[in-house]
Amino acid sequence: MTAIRVKNLSKRYGDRTAVADLSFDVEPGRVTGFLGPNGAGKSTTMRMILGLDRPTSGTALIGGRPYAELRHPLRTVGALLDAKAVHGGRSARNHLLAVAQSNGLPASRVEEVLETVGLRDAARRRIGGFSLGMSQRLGIAAALLGDPEILLFDEPVNGLDPEGILWIRTFMRGLAAEGRTVFVSSHLMSEMAQTADHLVVIGKGRLIADTSVDEFIGASSQGYVRVRSPRLAEVADLIRVGDLHHDHLRVTALSPLEIGTLTARAGLPLEELTFVQPSLEAAYMELTKDSLEYAS
Amino acid sequence: MMDVIRSEWTKMRSVRSTMWTLLVTALLMVGFGALLSFATKANAEGQPIAALDAARAGLSGVTLASLSMAALGVLVISGEYRTGGIRMSLLAVPRRLRLLAGKIIVFTVAALVVCTATAGASVLVGFAVMRPAGGDGGAVAQAVVGAGLYLTACGLFGLAFGALVRHTPGALLSVIGMILVLPQLVRMLPGEWARSAHHYVTTNAGLQVITPAEANPLGPWAGYAVYLAWIAATMLAAAVLMNRRDA
Repeated sequence: MTAIRVKNLSKRYGDRTAVADLSFDVEPGRVTGFLGPNGAGKSTTMRMILGLDRPTSGTALIGGRPYAELRHPLRTVGALLDAKAVHGGRSARNHLLAVAQSNGLPASRVEEVLETVGLRDAARRRIGGFSLGMSQRLGIAAALLGDPEILLFDEPVNGLDPEGILWIRTFMRGLAAEGRTVFVSSHLMSEMAQTADHLVVIGKGRLIADTSVDEFIGASSQGYVRVRSPRLAEVADLIRVGDLHHDHLRVTALSPLEIGTLTARAGLPLEELTFVQPSLEAAYMELTKDSLEYAS
Repeated sequence: MMDVIRSEWTKMRSVRSTMWTLLVTALLMVGFGALLSFATKANAEGQPIAALDAARAGLSGVTLASLSMAALGVLVISGEYRTGGIRMSLLAVPRRLRLLAGKIIVFTVAALVVCTATAGASVLVGFAVMRPAGGDGGAVAQAVVGAGLYLTACGLFGLAFGALVRHTPGALLSVIGMILVLPQLVRMLPGEWARSAHHYVTTNAGLQVITPAEANPLGPWAGYAVYLAWIAATMLAAAVLMNRRDA
């Protein structure tokens, strides 16, 4: 069953359109990255999926039902939105206890999730004194309380140190490996490249791509072969299909083997013959360059 | 619904400001009552003081306490909007009116218990100071219960404005305006209409349940009911908006 189904979803604030006719599905058992530049409408979309914001039109369904109709929603969906959006005066344990009680979950779950995210020793401390990394863990603990099948994370690695980033990344992959649905937003392609299996890319509130990570790279930007030679001009004349850059040739139409065979026959020496795989970042920039809210 | 109530109770008791505000309310009530009791005793110059007069002197901290209870009511919900914690609350309880109802129930019970106990303590302190010469025990009891009810209502007024305005300073100003300023303002308006209407304005009506004024055509309970109607109208507006607005 499709975990999250977004259909023709739109959100307008006055004359500004934050999300425009967005449709996509999020499937279980994999990490789906929700990618787009800042201001693309990722958070707004997530809030609409979670019933916090009301769509101007369209629907967002969780397992076929609107979020607000779930009886104990935290048993189906766990979400981390803004990790710092908690009352700083409460202890971690009391914060989680209040959340657990609201969905009829036993207090023992609080201890379990505190253990899972590694906050057991900080359980009695006031949340206000938590570092961003600890707040992020607390937010994840709250998301896990109901042992949900579907998890949403909004920019979970923002502002984290490398250790924290690695922890969250491993954690999300683990959740997907257990068969859960993981939907995670980011404005960083490189982050998604290491975490996601599938990508939903948006820009200016519109869908740009809904594809696997591998397809995304392949479709959006081709690789090329970089050729260097002390006799570059002659190589360029020989191959003819290459683009001459100031110290090397870029060839997209031929494979390294074909180029090497040609130059060997002609007796031209080669200094370099490399297939350059475009980075996900480059592919992403290519795709979203037209949809940046504020071009730099 | 029990789940929501349990959760809201945990939220309320686990924040220090809640407990502090309740304590401040109690201290204001008892302290101010004791002060006025000493003053009343001194003014009486040895003449006997009636029990009901002594009770009212003991309850003279009600105006100050009503402000701190209103502030507490505001904070119970505006605090969640300030921190953004409201989103977690709504993720857990997406039926917004159910969340609001949970807050109202928990706040009402906590406020009733604390405020009635505090009112009782204030009257006892007053009696200890003034040693009244006996009188109508029923009227005294009604003043105590009335003070508990009145203060709880003021808190709910605050909660309604907290839910309506959603940010603390605005909600505080609004509820203070309704509790303190508006009743005086209407009283000062010229004309026959204003003279009869001001009895129905918020705390002018609400205070009837503690100290019924002869001039006010509303009795204690009718006056309190009119005050509750003001609060209910505000709460209704808050509920409608809460259901409609983005969190």
